[in-house]
This record gives sequence, structure tokens and C-alpha cells, in this order.
Amino acid sequence: MGLHDHKFGEGGIVITKLDDVLNWARLSSIWPMGFGLACCAMEFFSTAASPYDLDRFGVLPRASPRQSDVMIISGTVTFKMGDRVRRLYEQMAEPRYVISMGSCANCGGPYWEHGYHVVKGVDKIIPVDIYVPGCPPRPEALLGGIMKLQEKIRTESSMKPEALEKILAKRKKLA
Amino acid sequence: MEFEKIRQLLSERFVDAVLGEDLEASPNALLIDRKKIAEMCNFLYSSKETYFDQLSCLTGIDNGPEENTMEVVYNLYSIPRAHHLMLKVTLDRKKPIIDSVQHIWRTANWHEREAFDLLGIQFKNHPDLRRILLPKDWEGYPLRKDYEEQEKYHGMNVKYDRDQYPDDIPQFKNQDADSI
Repeated sequence: MGLHDHKFGEGGIVITKLDDVLNWARLSSIWPMGFGLACCAMEFFSTAASPYDLDRFGVLPRASPRQSDVMIISGTVTFKMGDRVRRLYEQMAEPRYVISMGSCANCGGPYWEHGYHVVKGVDKIIPVDIYVPGCPPRPEALLGGIMKLQEKIRTESSMKPEALEKILAKRKKLA
Repeated sequence: MEFEKIRQLLSERFVDAVLGEDLEASPNALLIDRKKIAEMCNFLYSSKETYFDQLSCLTGIDNGPEENTMEVVYNLYSIPRAHHLMLKVTLDRKKPIIDSVQHIWRTANWHEREAFDLLGIQFKNHPDLRRILLPKDWEGYPLRKDYEEQEKYHGMNVKYDRDQYPDDIPQFKNQDADSI
């Protein structure tokens, strides 16, 4: 946002839309759940370390699903883990997001044919917002995924009554 | 101690228990009678000459329904004497039961659980023979040659479903591939 570069009016008042300021706050503090599943987790950790520094995006891993906004599925989801992933997702508070990181989480990866123990894509058990390709994805790719998620949050509206708008649009069509 | 000497020592002490040897194996292997394995391991562990104080690996092999056998392979190592030995035991595939060596080497506990988990080999006198890697309600033993995975696990499809992505996944049946 570069807020500090700008000179504000003497009154110290900024006028903006509520949606914009809420979204700006939410996308600037995406807290992921601090857990990893396989080799992708190593890339997730190195993205969080100083060379790539996830902190500058406001991304701070949390120890509990109840404090997390996003779940980064970083690695192979086995059927044994699948149950746990589903339960952790259910424990997260809305609004919640899921980033599927790497080929295994996207579609089963190298285990798609002979991996009797691997869930063939984490989207089979929980809804996924962002898919990050790679095996494993480099930190730049994960950063790209997080920025895509920021874009998605930026266009959301927590104020707009979407259901009502749909009904009104239908009525307009009928009339 | 040399392999030859160990073989001699064992065949003198356990008559008819040493069924043969496999010199292709590395380290050289002795083929052992199923019923004598625990007794023999105990001797190899406690005898001053052999002193195999480490079980480096215990693993199972399925030879398939045609041969109708399974094997359990023990890799022994003596830390002070610095010699190796491999023991191989052949089991009936329909009833793969063998004595546990967990009371001799504690490390065998998890190794035997793994062989049980993936191949379904039963280890008698094992204190805690549960699955170690797969979930406890998994069906079948995946490393058996005739293993067929279950259709569903807790509502999740086990096999990859091609039809679920009809447009995204190319069928990889390019007949012109040879001509390119």
C-alpha cells in the first residue's frame, strides 16, 4: 500500500469503502496453519525463512487451526492423513481458504496410479482455492500462490448481500 | 568369524535346521528351518564366538501365488566382532507364521510390525502386533503380489478416477508417437 509515502490531509481522516479496508486487513494477515505433510513442507519452511521471508506478506504460521485463515496442504495426503486433514479443516473458522501445494496435493502426483495409500488430490476431501503446481514448487511459486489468494480476497465482499442480489436480478429478468 | 565357520557351528549345534546356503546373497545367507529360527537367533546373539548383538534389518518378501511361498530375511551384524550374516526363512504363503525375535533384539518389534502390516506375516509371541504404517481399518496387505486395493476408504475413492477429469487429462494413447 505504501501508506507511509503519502501525505495525508491535516484532519487525519481517510475515506474508503468498508469492504476495501476489511479486505486489505484480511489479505495483509493471512495466517496459515503451521503444519507440513511431505517434501513440499521443506519448501514451505524455506519460504518462511529469511531469504524469502513470508512475514513481509503478513503470513505467520499458527499452531492451531482455530487461529488460522489458510491451510497450506504442503505434500502427499495419505488416506490415513486424509481423515486428519478433513478434521483440521473443519476446525478452522470462516472465512477459510485452502492452498494445495505441489503435484501430490493437486492430483496424487507420482502416486496417481500405483499409490494405493494416497488421496488422488486433496480437492477430493476439502474445497481448494489455489493450486500451486510443482514437485515440489519453489518458494517463488508458493509466494505466487499466496499472492493469488490475496487477489482473491481483495475482490471479495463481506458486506454485499449476494443472495439478495441474485434474487433481485432474477426478478428484474422476469419483469 | 568366517561364514563357513558359522555355518559349521550352526549345523553341528542345530541338526537339520540349516537347510542350505545362498552364496549369491551379500552377506552370504543361510536358509533356516522355520521352527528353529528363534532358538537359533538366541544362540547367535548369546554365543561368545558369534555375538550378533545387532539386528540390522528384518524384512519380508512375497514370492507370489505361483511359487506360493513367502520369506523372512534377517540381517545380523556383530559390532565388536565386525561380521555379518544373513538368515532366510521360507514360509507357506497360505499360513505365513513364524516366531518373533523381539525378545532377543528389541528393534525387531517395529520391523516385524512392518512385515505384518504390508505382507500379513504373523509373528508368534509378538507383544504388540498391530499395523504400523497403514490405518488400522485398512483392508489387505499391499506388498502381496496379488494385492487389489479396496474401492473406497472412509468415503474417499482409492483409485485414480480418470473420468472425473474428462477434458483435462489427455489419454496418453498417441498412436503416432512411434512415427514422430
